[in-house]
Amino acid sequence: MPNNNKIKQSSIKRQRRVSVIIRLIVAVLLIAFAIFPVLWMISASFDNSNSLATQSLIPANAGVSNYLRLFNKDPNFSFGEIKYWTWLSNSIKISSISTILSLTITTLAAFAFSRLRFNGRVGMLKGILLIQAFPNLLSLVATFTLISNIGNIVKAIGLNTHAGLILVYMGGSMGMNIWLMKGYLDTIPRAIDESGMLDGATPFQIFWHLLLPLLRPILFVVAILSFIGTYGDFLLARVLLNDSSKYTLMVGLQIFTAGQFDKKWGVFAAGALIGALPIMLIYFFLQDQIVGGLTQGSVKG
Amino acid sequence: MSIVDKPKVSNSVAESQVSKIIRMALLLVFNVGAIWFIYQASTKGFYQIAIVLGIIVVFFDIIFTLEKGYPFRYMAFGLAFMLIFVIYPIFFTTYIAFTNYGDGHLLTKEQALRQIEQETYLPAEGKSYTWTAYKSAEGNYALWLVDKTTGETLLAKPGEPIISAKPGDPGIGEIGTDGAPATIDGYAKLNKLLAASDKTLPNIKFGEEGVEGAKTVQVRSPNEAAELQIRYLYDKAADTLTDQETGRVYYDKEGVFTSTDGRTVSPGFRATVGWKNFKNFFTSPALKGPLIRILVWNFVFPLISVVSTFALGVSIAIMYNEEGFPLKKLIRTLLLIPYTIPSVITILIWRGMLNSEFGVINRILNSIIGTAPRWTTEPIWAQIAVLIVNLWLGFPYMMLISSGALQSIPSDIYEAATIDGASSWQKFRSITLPLLLVAVGPLLIASYVFNFNNFGLIYLFIGGGPAIVGASTNAGHTDILLSYIYKLAFESGGRGVQYGLASAISIVLFILVGTMTLLQYRFTNMWEEVSENA
Repeated sequence: MPNNNKIKQSSIKRQRRVSVIIRLIVAVLLIAFAIFPVLWMISASFDNSNSLATQSLIPANAGVSNYLRLFNKDPNFSFGEIKYWTWLSNSIKISSISTILSLTITTLAAFAFSRLRFNGRVGMLKGILLIQAFPNLLSLVATFTLISNIGNIVKAIGLNTHAGLILVYMGGSMGMNIWLMKGYLDTIPRAIDESGMLDGATPFQIFWHLLLPLLRPILFVVAILSFIGTYGDFLLARVLLNDSSKYTLMVGLQIFTAGQFDKKWGVFAAGALIGALPIMLIYFFLQDQIVGGLTQGSVKG
Repeated sequence: MSIVDKPKVSNSVAESQVSKIIRMALLLVFNVGAIWFIYQASTKGFYQIAIVLGIIVVFFDIIFTLEKGYPFRYMAFGLAFMLIFVIYPIFFTTYIAFTNYGDGHLLTKEQALRQIEQETYLPAEGKSYTWTAYKSAEGNYALWLVDKTTGETLLAKPGEPIISAKPGDPGIGEIGTDGAPATIDGYAKLNKLLAASDKTLPNIKFGEEGVEGAKTVQVRSPNEAAELQIRYLYDKAADTLTDQETGRVYYDKEGVFTSTDGRTVSPGFRATVGWKNFKNFFTSPALKGPLIRILVWNFVFPLISVVSTFALGVSIAIMYNEEGFPLKKLIRTLLLIPYTIPSVITILIWRGMLNSEFGVINRILNSIIGTAPRWTTEPIWAQIAVLIVNLWLGFPYMMLISSGALQSIPSDIYEAATIDGASSWQKFRSITLPLLLVAVGPLLIASYVFNFNNFGLIYLFIGGGPAIVGASTNAGHTDILLSYIYKLAFESGGRGVQYGLASAISIVLFILVGTMTLLQYRFTNMWEEVSENA
């Protein structure tokens, strides 16, 4: 009965259409939940009243005065301890330096673990895995004391210095990224190394001239992830830095919330938006690479 | 797994003379720097740092000189950083947990002794001077001193070394009738009566203070000034301090020099106190109660977070998984937004939005239903708020990993189930969910561990509050162990920092987190993989 079949098909089609419409409605609700805080932040940053209590989604009093305040261009608004641009540049500086250093350290180590053969290799890999189970933010008090003691000897790497903070980040980087790097290196055919060896290259020359160019894609992903991770770190930076001109952006933004948060809400939102923008852009342009790296590696930290 | 040995890069090195010389020169520089540091560390009493650095120096010297150490040169710096900033702090935490390190005991014994040994007293007798006082327009004092036995004349100012001076020297006038210079540059002479009645003068210490071997002089009576004496004498062999003025003897008692009649000398210093920090938790109800609450919440909060974010993430992944679903890409991109902003920022935005008085959420709730929860002051609502914010923060990650895993489930299983007449719910329960859990299980454990230590959320959103009533420490209803440790160590709220106590809790945290992570390794066969694929 062809006619009956047709009816059945069209009823399935209708069912499908209803299901799609329901799912689209759900999607709108979910998107509202997902982006509302972001819209709220954007709207607050353009609300000249700078107040938490009166803000609405479409600001009645729209303008860029919060941004001018952030640029210290508003004589009626005193920042006091707020040094937004110093914090932002501190954050970028610290994240860039630690990313470059930690990438150097881990890539070299991953090369040795992947390509060289030596006694205790498996043992050391297991050791690193074991130590990874105890992330260094758990030993907060000890790390703080250690850096404070080191600062008693060499002030330049002690408490309240960016160098000290970067050193601590370095310590944690080995366990974090070595698996990603070594895993990728293991997939590069060893025939490449052999060709180098036949030409009489040293292991370092093989690493530098033959493998490093092939590592570029993974280096890029690890660098981005490591930059984002360091940029977003709060706890270690909060504990190790105590001078407002030394703060990173994340620590500085938290300082905004101290005291009369509701009276600084707009300026905070403007600062938060500028601080978030670079990371958001990185995510949107490099979504696929980052997602690939993430699912292999760790949870967002 | 191949049985045949993989081709490997030869470890033997053909190194040029030049690079060898550079390597040795760098190693020498490193050694000099490190040994200087070790020396400095040991004189300040940081023996542990000295030992750790010593180990690194030996390790570097071996691998950078011996041919056999070649492969280790690549990982030398990584391992060194790891040793200093990850491994050593683990042991150091354990050590601190057994000490009284904290307010009143912040210094090492060496540092404390150095401070104590600088303390002086004014002896009742001994070397003395006659004195004449001068005062500058700014209110600074100077003292002209004549040694009673030798007749030597001296000029003393606070904070400057005492110098020997004679009338007629540059800046010093000729001698007057009272035996003292009539003028001193910048200062005017005080007459005897004025000087004797001056109330600040007897409290001023003239000369450099706290500098070894420097003389300090203080006025004792209108006719006499005397040299201050070192107050405490430390006997290294007996480990006792003796007060030179009173003859009282002080013994080292858990980091404070204490006399038999209970007097103490400050500052105190770090000392081991055995299991005291741990015992405190079992014996003090003001500590025990809050800690148990925090522990329970520390397990519950990540559990609800993982379950709720995973449930929402999977639902989204399944709903919009189908090929050709309209606007699929746009929907996913928009839903990913919470994930793309540094969480510190969005947590603070949520903090503003959920403000009980002015926040937009409560303004909306008030206008619709006429009432709104006090998110920051009521424990249960604070906990719910934390969970809502974490759902927002966490669901996009779950969506990402589950849609990845969904792709890997072969579609013929579903076809077979459809033929067998399974409903959608049955298919989900007996095919999708089990296969999904196998694929993302390890990531769920990792997410649990991450949230177990989600300091940023708890601290930035609500500071661990609202406070637990009756707690002797700064503990709150949403505190997790890590935020509690932070507060004990760095934000005591006037109760005094307690590094020892904080470290004792860190040990508990080590054990819990370590166990969970090792469980994750077992679950994922990561441990075995290391040995097999290495």
